[in-house]
Amino acid sequence: MFKQTAAITSMNLRAIPQRIGTSWVIVIGIAVTVAVLVSVLAMVAGFSKTLSSTGRVDRVIVLRGGSNAELSSTVSRENTINIMDAPGVKKDTEGKPVASAEMVAVVALPLKKTGTAANLTVRGVGLKNAELRPEIHLIAGRMFQPALRELIVGRSAMAQFKGVDIGSHITIRDSEWTVVGEFESGGDAHESELMGDIETVLSAFRRGNTFQSVTVMLDSPEAFAQYKDKLTTDPTLTVDVEREPDYYAAQSKQLSKLLNFLAFGVGSIMAIGAIFGALNTMYSAVSARSLEIATLRAIGFGAGAVVVSVFVEALLLSLVGGLIGAAAAWLFFNGNTVNTLGANFTQVVFRLTVTPHLLVSGIIWSCIIGVLGGLFPAIRAARLPVATALRAA
Amino acid sequence: MKYVPLVWAALWRRKARTIFTLLSLTAAFLLLGMLQAANSLFSGGSVNLSAPIMIVQARVSFTSPLPMRLLPQLEAIPEVESVSHSQFFGGIYKDVRNFFPQFAVNPERWHRTFLECRMPDAQYQAWLQSRTGAIAGRLLADRFGWKIGDRIPLTSQIWPLKDGTRTWTFDLVGIFDDVSKDSCVRQGNMYIRYDYFDEGRQFGQGGAGIYVLRLHDPNQAEAVARRVDAMFENSPDETKTQTEKDFSLNFLRQLGNLNLILTGITVAVFFSILLVTGNTMSQAVRERIPELAVLKTIGFGDGSVLNLVLAESLLMCVIGGLAGMLLSLVVLKIISKLPFGFPPVTAGLHVWLFAVASMVGLGLVVGILPAMRARNLSIIDALAVR
Repeated sequence: MFKQTAAITSMNLRAIPQRIGTSWVIVIGIAVTVAVLVSVLAMVAGFSKTLSSTGRVDRVIVLRGGSNAELSSTVSRENTINIMDAPGVKKDTEGKPVASAEMVAVVALPLKKTGTAANLTVRGVGLKNAELRPEIHLIAGRMFQPALRELIVGRSAMAQFKGVDIGSHITIRDSEWTVVGEFESGGDAHESELMGDIETVLSAFRRGNTFQSVTVMLDSPEAFAQYKDKLTTDPTLTVDVEREPDYYAAQSKQLSKLLNFLAFGVGSIMAIGAIFGALNTMYSAVSARSLEIATLRAIGFGAGAVVVSVFVEALLLSLVGGLIGAAAAWLFFNGNTVNTLGANFTQVVFRLTVTPHLLVSGIIWSCIIGVLGGLFPAIRAARLPVATALRAA
Repeated sequence: MKYVPLVWAALWRRKARTIFTLLSLTAAFLLLGMLQAANSLFSGGSVNLSAPIMIVQARVSFTSPLPMRLLPQLEAIPEVESVSHSQFFGGIYKDVRNFFPQFAVNPERWHRTFLECRMPDAQYQAWLQSRTGAIAGRLLADRFGWKIGDRIPLTSQIWPLKDGTRTWTFDLVGIFDDVSKDSCVRQGNMYIRYDYFDEGRQFGQGGAGIYVLRLHDPNQAEAVARRVDAMFENSPDETKTQTEKDFSLNFLRQLGNLNLILTGITVAVFFSILLVTGNTMSQAVRERIPELAVLKTIGFGDGSVLNLVLAESLLMCVIGGLAGMLLSLVVLKIISKLPFGFPPVTAGLHVWLFAVASMVGLGLVVGILPAMRARNLSIIDALAVR
């Protein structure tokens, strides 16, 4: 039995070059499906990676109660002091809290790619920003000086926007700002931002004493519950307290959901199309081989061996398709940058990330398509009436 | 016309193959219809705002509200027929997934500016009478099954009330229809009264949001934009003035290169369907060579044979394509009812034109090589199966 199967299968596979035209239909159909699936899922992976890598478990963001994003939040100066002085906040060597009361504002600047204006976040950060966010490193230029109208620009923002290079001037309302440095922060969401000194930014936007969020470093990740209780039970405060990873994960939820829906919705429909393509190919392969199959059956080969040979052909072609598709997605799209609107109505830049996990799931999809596309033709091959098939020749 | 039965018979010569190919085509055009409908939304292809309406926003970005004191200066511009102001409210109705935009406006100014939005006069009068009154577009009211008299609680993510709570309650006093071509743009909105909103909010009093200008003559849009922006240049409140259409397009563009991705997928789908149908047509002709030779023998010209094969390929693509497009209509309807917060996407006329052009194009491209082969057959060789 095994010997028969091996014999027929290898004979069958060696004959594929004769049917190369129709075989391509399976390979390309599946390759395209897998490439689309993998690259859209790579967007999801990249977007979540950008947002979930923003933040650490021992860092906490405090917003006004009920605000879903910093832009719609407000925190008064008195409140920021209570928030930063609450127990659980890490203190530096001088005994000052490692925390930053911040504001975000939106400026519209032209995109490099299209020249049309898009929104960019300007974040005013406190003096303790360097201790609070040690992941921020300057890669060019220098840090902004407090009380001067100077900004530093994130790597992604610089890549995406025109007129934010070091030395360029940005007009915000009636004041002119100079970009003095470029920073990276491990590919997180802050790389899509401009940063400046909080007091200077507040006055430029005439925000008075209204901040929008406070970010604090805790003594340890475990101090979170105690810290949160302290703030939420304080009668002078109405705030939401969240660990940074939770906050940023919530921001990415909506888009991730939409992209997942797109990937699986589009992927399934394309897979269905590919299955019909595969059915066509395999049926025509069976009918092209009908004389050969009938001969084999006549000289004593079993139906099982014939079924397996058709099945293996379908699977092998699908596998090749899946590999080509996954490889194409990886080659062409891995690392491509995409920008979209984030939670603050500003641009978030992220990179498509083709993970090994995605490659594997793409190949699994291709095998499923191959199995479904090969099943019925294989059964038909086995049921071919030997005498009729021989006579037809 | 008399060849229709012949083409039809040829198409169904191999039932299984034709059905599979048609199903592949259906799947491809189902995707094409859906993706292009979504694409036209993202790329603003369906934005067809033609009313002579302009938006004045703060130059720094539309999220910074302009102050109310700009109002008299804007009203004094002779080309401007009326001015309305509009503050984004950012309210959530029960669940974030129910997102729809609400704006705080002055009812009289709104009524004079958005002439395309109509509601019965009694409802408008009721709105003028009730400070907590709100009006909703027809699409929005239908979406949640609202009736006049309903109380609608909205939790604002931006504006707390004076006491720090965030849930505002409005009375639905009117439902309006937008009679312009782009009815779906505003009919999904809700408008609340600015006076009630401004008095109730905890901070930001005196901020107007953005200004909406209605012009006497749409051709003056550019001149008005320049004039308004010059008027406030170097003041603390520099403005950016653009037509409503450009404003919407700019907003959509910020969604980023999502439309590029959709276009990419469409191209990929097209490429694979080209292969599937091309394969089917070349097989269909290859196995029918003797039959085609017989046709030629009994007097069909080379041209007629070519046309027969082309017609078969066109017919197949159009049947499969139309089935897919019709299916996409159904699926889009279903998706818009799912709780993903998708805006209602419909395949507009240009999506259909694009789809039909694609079907015909596809039919010709995949049909032409087999058709040429059929035309160039020599009867003797073909009959002898050489």
